[in-house]
Amino acid sequence: MKESEERQDLLPGWSALVVMLTIFAALSVITLMTLLHGGDDHIDPEAHGRVAYGPADFPEIDFEMQLQPHVEEAAGEREAGTFTVPPPPFSDDFIFPCSECHADLETDTERRELEAFHEDIVLNHGPEERWCLDCHNTDDRDNLRLVSGELVGFDESYKLCGQCHGTIFRDWRAGIHGRRRGYWDGAKEYLLCAHCHDPHAPKYKPIAPLPPPVRPQFLAQAADPESEHAEAEEGHEP
Amino acid sequence: MLNRIQEFIIGSFKLTLKGNRTYHLWMAFLTVLVLSGAFAYYRQYTEGLIVTNMRDQVSWAFYIGNFTFLVGVAAAAVLLVIPAYVYNWKPIREIAIFGELLAISAIVMCLLFVTVDIGQPLRVLELLPVIGSLNVPSSLLGWDVLVLNGYLILNVVIVGHFLYKAYFKKPYNKAFVVPLLLLSIPAAISIHTVTAFVYNGMAARPFWNASILAPRFIASAFCSGPAVMLILFQILRRTTHIRIRLEAIRKIAELMAYAMFLNLFLFGAEIFKEYYSDTDHLAHTEYLYSGLHGHTALVPFAWVSLICSVVAFILFLVPKTRMNMVTLNLGCILIWSGVYIEKGMALVIPGMTPDTLGEIYEYIPTWTEIRIGAGVFAIGFMVFTMLCKVAIPLLHDTLADPVAPGEPYPEKL
Amino acid sequence: MKKNGDPPRIDRRVFMAGGTTAMAAIAAGITGAPAGFIENLLHKNFKEISPERLQRIVQEMEADYTAKYGKTVTVSTTGAQPGVVFGYGLDLSRCVGCRRCVYACVDENNQSRDPQIHWIRVLKMDKSKGIHLEGSDPYYDPEEVPEENAFYMPVACQQCSNPPCTKVCPVEATWQEPDGIVVVDYDQCIGCRCCMAACPYGARHFNWAEPEIAADEVNPDMHYLGNRPRPKGVVEKCTFCIQRVRKGRYPACVEICPVGARKFGNLLDEESEIRVLMREKRVFVLKEDLNTQPKFYYFYAT
Repeated sequence: MKESEERQDLLPGWSALVVMLTIFAALSVITLMTLLHGGDDHIDPEAHGRVAYGPADFPEIDFEMQLQPHVEEAAGEREAGTFTVPPPPFSDDFIFPCSECHADLETDTERRELEAFHEDIVLNHGPEERWCLDCHNTDDRDNLRLVSGELVGFDESYKLCGQCHGTIFRDWRAGIHGRRRGYWDGAKEYLLCAHCHDPHAPKYKPIAPLPPPVRPQFLAQAADPESEHAEAEEGHEP
Repeated sequence: MLNRIQEFIIGSFKLTLKGNRTYHLWMAFLTVLVLSGAFAYYRQYTEGLIVTNMRDQVSWAFYIGNFTFLVGVAAAAVLLVIPAYVYNWKPIREIAIFGELLAISAIVMCLLFVTVDIGQPLRVLELLPVIGSLNVPSSLLGWDVLVLNGYLILNVVIVGHFLYKAYFKKPYNKAFVVPLLLLSIPAAISIHTVTAFVYNGMAARPFWNASILAPRFIASAFCSGPAVMLILFQILRRTTHIRIRLEAIRKIAELMAYAMFLNLFLFGAEIFKEYYSDTDHLAHTEYLYSGLHGHTALVPFAWVSLICSVVAFILFLVPKTRMNMVTLNLGCILIWSGVYIEKGMALVIPGMTPDTLGEIYEYIPTWTEIRIGAGVFAIGFMVFTMLCKVAIPLLHDTLADPVAPGEPYPEKL
Repeated sequence: MKKNGDPPRIDRRVFMAGGTTAMAAIAAGITGAPAGFIENLLHKNFKEISPERLQRIVQEMEADYTAKYGKTVTVSTTGAQPGVVFGYGLDLSRCVGCRRCVYACVDENNQSRDPQIHWIRVLKMDKSKGIHLEGSDPYYDPEEVPEENAFYMPVACQQCSNPPCTKVCPVEATWQEPDGIVVVDYDQCIGCRCCMAACPYGARHFNWAEPEIAADEVNPDMHYLGNRPRPKGVVEKCTFCIQRVRKGRYPACVEICPVGARKFGNLLDEESEIRVLMREKRVFVLKEDLNTQPKFYYFYAT
């Protein structure tokens, strides 16, 4: 080892220290700037997901989902096909049995625009090929009529739908089409096709979604009613 | 025997109380940081981790990043132990003890960083084998707890033995301590490998799920750990009477140059694979180096880290700059910064951004996290300072430099 | 599992239990800390304690919760039925993205209202891109759903048969039950969030602060491995509504879904809805390349 080399001191004065400090300062400045710049600045002020809504904000939705008593009673029954359907979804404006009015009316089999009554019904279910009396029984309006001529009640309307929609009918019977409530290995509550699909215009109607989750940026302040974000989004109640 | 241990502990503690003004100022400064961290932690403890910016999307971040970096620092002690005890090279054997002191301090910091990161710190007893429910061999984090504590105990025993014998002015027991030292070599490699495996084993995170991760961890640890040590050696050389030979420093620097080459090479291999194959998994690397959909929080960090590592490598590669103390120190700072950012920010956070369902949440630590982190580092520095304060006078005979600080070296020591 | 009436094994933990209790008593005596606190530190995993001890713990829970929420709370310990492994089906061609399931889940499972925890995340996808997670949007909020050109993919715990989350847990605080449900012991979890890093589906959620839920909103029908209240600092996740399904009921999300997109049943029963749909339709699982083997099957009925 040469002496000249050994003469070098191991901590070479303050110049190196200054360089070190400069580098640290530069790194710290970057950190600081990022910190100041970070946070919710990146979120579009219009963006959703600032307020924490809970199920209690939507009293109109039945989250409890109590079963009908007879389903509850049949809880343990595992027999295949043990299912019940609630009554058909007649709208309040109409009177059932239909015969109350229709018994006294003359039957007009002509395809036409309905004007005197039922004018709110829009037929969007193959309107070119279909007409009221294809499904509603002409002679006995309290029943529906299958192609075979057999009459079925409104509470068995699925049989009528199943004539054309065979695969979906099969799925529905097996439990893989449509909503189910009840017991996964026992009694179940089915719905009729008409509960979800208006038979006259069966495409499922769009609904309002419940609000999105709170973004991670706002998790800590989301439920604070004082927060300005909360006020900005106050109008969400559907 | 118990009496003597008691005497040794009390005597050692007394040594840490004495010191000049700089020492006390330094300790006071650290105490302030520790207190600030303690207050911040109290807030985190009572309110929950909501005071951090970690969320479900980025559920590990600053704390775990620091933990990972410090495991590397602890593991790097082997870079002194190997030449000192495997090759029996005297210039480094004299100072190898500082590697162990640094390892102890680093592991203490690691354990503290894990503790501040967990949601139920009072349940840490669950992590004890037998008494708790430590889930080994299945959980890599379980293994990590075992190897980290094992490594800590190993180093405490080794250092304790050296100091205890020195305290009573007796030669250390070679037959006892050398096997332990040799055992500490695989232990050091395993703490960093197991830590890498904690990330590596997660198929859910493609950024981590690359077999190159553990080798990269080791390579970067062998850059950053010795960098810390080289700087500490020079500070010790200035402030105390220890002999640190130039050839020892240069040997360490040479070893670091190899490690840095390996580190950059492995990094390049990873980058090639990500960009050339250009799959969905590239998103994490893209987020890091160029930002994703306008989210660029980590981009400056990533480039600073890369530039630091490359410049440091050049400084260490060229013999002229490696031999020159100014550029050597500069290189140490650069590589330290480079690896600190790489492990602290650029490993954990991009691994979780975008999250497993594709959401991008830009994580930036809160001041609470930074204060707690600074507090943990302050505790680590305090431990290291106090350990040095005990070790230096006790090991005076082996460590003392016949030359006063700042004086030139004589031809022969 | 012991719940099914197997004779209790004399294992290390049972053997240790006496010892730890004694240790706890001594430690409490020394430190003056309440014995319950020390006992909590040495909590025995629910998976491994005796049925008698479990009953005792659950009774304490019921008393605590009843006092806390001012209504009668029951904590069920119903175990897995032999011959049952639960499976779930979700019809992507039906889901309209209305998020009724998200809120029904919160209502049923007592998640924290603030900070908000949702176990179900509904991702809006671009029809032209197919299932592309990185391009998905969980924060959509139009007037009405479904939107043009979008489809929706709800994601919750996929109840993997080969779960990556349980094996990483350092303290055995999460495991798969014999009926396939992956559960968390909230009294054991140390909150290290390793499982969250390991989960490829973002299904695990952390209590970043003390969970907040109004007493009148609490669902009092609880299960000790399911919807009982969680402390802050622990991880929670979907349990297929363990408190419901172990009594035979459908999960809440299945029943609320207005379009019937959600299907549920016993994978070991050929006639169950889930098996019928697996036979009749074509199902797929999310991220099948990770070999997590989810029991959550997505399908397109049309």
